[in-house]
Amino acid sequence: MRFESLIDSVGHTPLVGLPRLSPSADVRLWAKLEDRNPTGSVKDRPALWMIQQAEKDGLLRPGCTILEPTSGNTGISLAMAARLKGYRLICVMPENTSQERRQLLRMWGAEIISSPAAGGSNEAVRVAKELAAQNPEWVMLYQYGNEANARAHYESTGPEILADLPTLTHFVAGLGTTGTLMGVGRYLREHVDGVSIVAAEPRYGELVYGLRNVDEGFIPELYDPGVLTTRFSVTSHDALRRTRDLLDQEGIFAGISTGASLHAALGMAAKAVKAGVRADIVFIVADGGWKYLSTGAYEGTLEEASERLEGQLWA
Amino acid sequence: MAIEVRIPTILRTYTDGAKAVEGAGATLDELIGDLEARHPGIRARLVDDSGLRRFVNIYLNDEDVRFLGGLGTPVADGDTVTVLPAVAGGSGVPRRFTR
Repeated sequence: MRFESLIDSVGHTPLVGLPRLSPSADVRLWAKLEDRNPTGSVKDRPALWMIQQAEKDGLLRPGCTILEPTSGNTGISLAMAARLKGYRLICVMPENTSQERRQLLRMWGAEIISSPAAGGSNEAVRVAKELAAQNPEWVMLYQYGNEANARAHYESTGPEILADLPTLTHFVAGLGTTGTLMGVGRYLREHVDGVSIVAAEPRYGELVYGLRNVDEGFIPELYDPGVLTTRFSVTSHDALRRTRDLLDQEGIFAGISTGASLHAALGMAAKAVKAGVRADIVFIVADGGWKYLSTGAYEGTLEEASERLEGQLWA
Repeated sequence: MAIEVRIPTILRTYTDGAKAVEGAGATLDELIGDLEARHPGIRARLVDDSGLRRFVNIYLNDEDVRFLGGLGTPVADGDTVTVLPAVAGGSGVPRRFTR
């Protein structure tokens, strides 16, 4: 395939079957390899769509400063695009995210402002909103509320999946900004009768939830629970276990959030087998495992790796 | 056997610091009522007049109860119920998708 530039090559990722992890010939699992995007994650799609929309709206001009709360991947995608298009990028990132993410951001020229570990992404969003209020000339694309995030998936990821697998019955993805699930979910619901849209939400350790008050919280503006069929909370232990299953049985080296999606996909597969119905279940491989090597996720026993992951943001 | 209920750090003031407590009931609503009897005050932190509180997520065996039947979700001995505050990724009451 030939493209005019790196940015033009975003998307068009492979959909691969998982013959060993699929429970039967009638209930099959399919992985959408979003790690095959230019910076190695699904976030290249929303980053590009959000930047293009901001340019169209006249908000972004060369030399502008972009500000974004991110746990890593969106920042990395924005950093690459910002470098090519001549924007300055400042990322607000929880301090408990992997070193690789920070190095990649700096490599593409982004500046990083750390937010406190406790509270995770909620804190990054709060700090970024404060900074945006203090610096009105900065442009915050704000992936949690930017319709171009979900639209990227409505216009690209969703149509790609349906074209490759018209018989699909389930779509499973991680729940963060909710952009992937909202965009692909809406597209598929418009085109596939009875399709199930399933969210896999990371369940972190005590550190991340410790200071969260149940009286106030954060719900991404993009989130519409009506698009979802159901929503699973997946522990770090289950996410890690499935990340390793994917590597051991199918040879796919994925990041840890992908393990969470696979866990939910296998749960739906088991329900289909029990009910005696056919199923083609697509889940998103959000990124490769490279950025998580330093977390020790792929070494030692599952228990050791789970312990090392405690308190870290892996999605 | 009973139903295990995992309590987030912020609500352990009601459970004498216990990370998990046991309860009984045929529905989530009954289970929360049973918890209230032994841990007074906890119900109001989980539920208000409109149902589950906005920033509280409750999972039955890892599945969000908002998609199962809300407070009316049937529960049974051997189930695990997990209470978590909403972090980025959200909450909200689902309404069925209509074309």
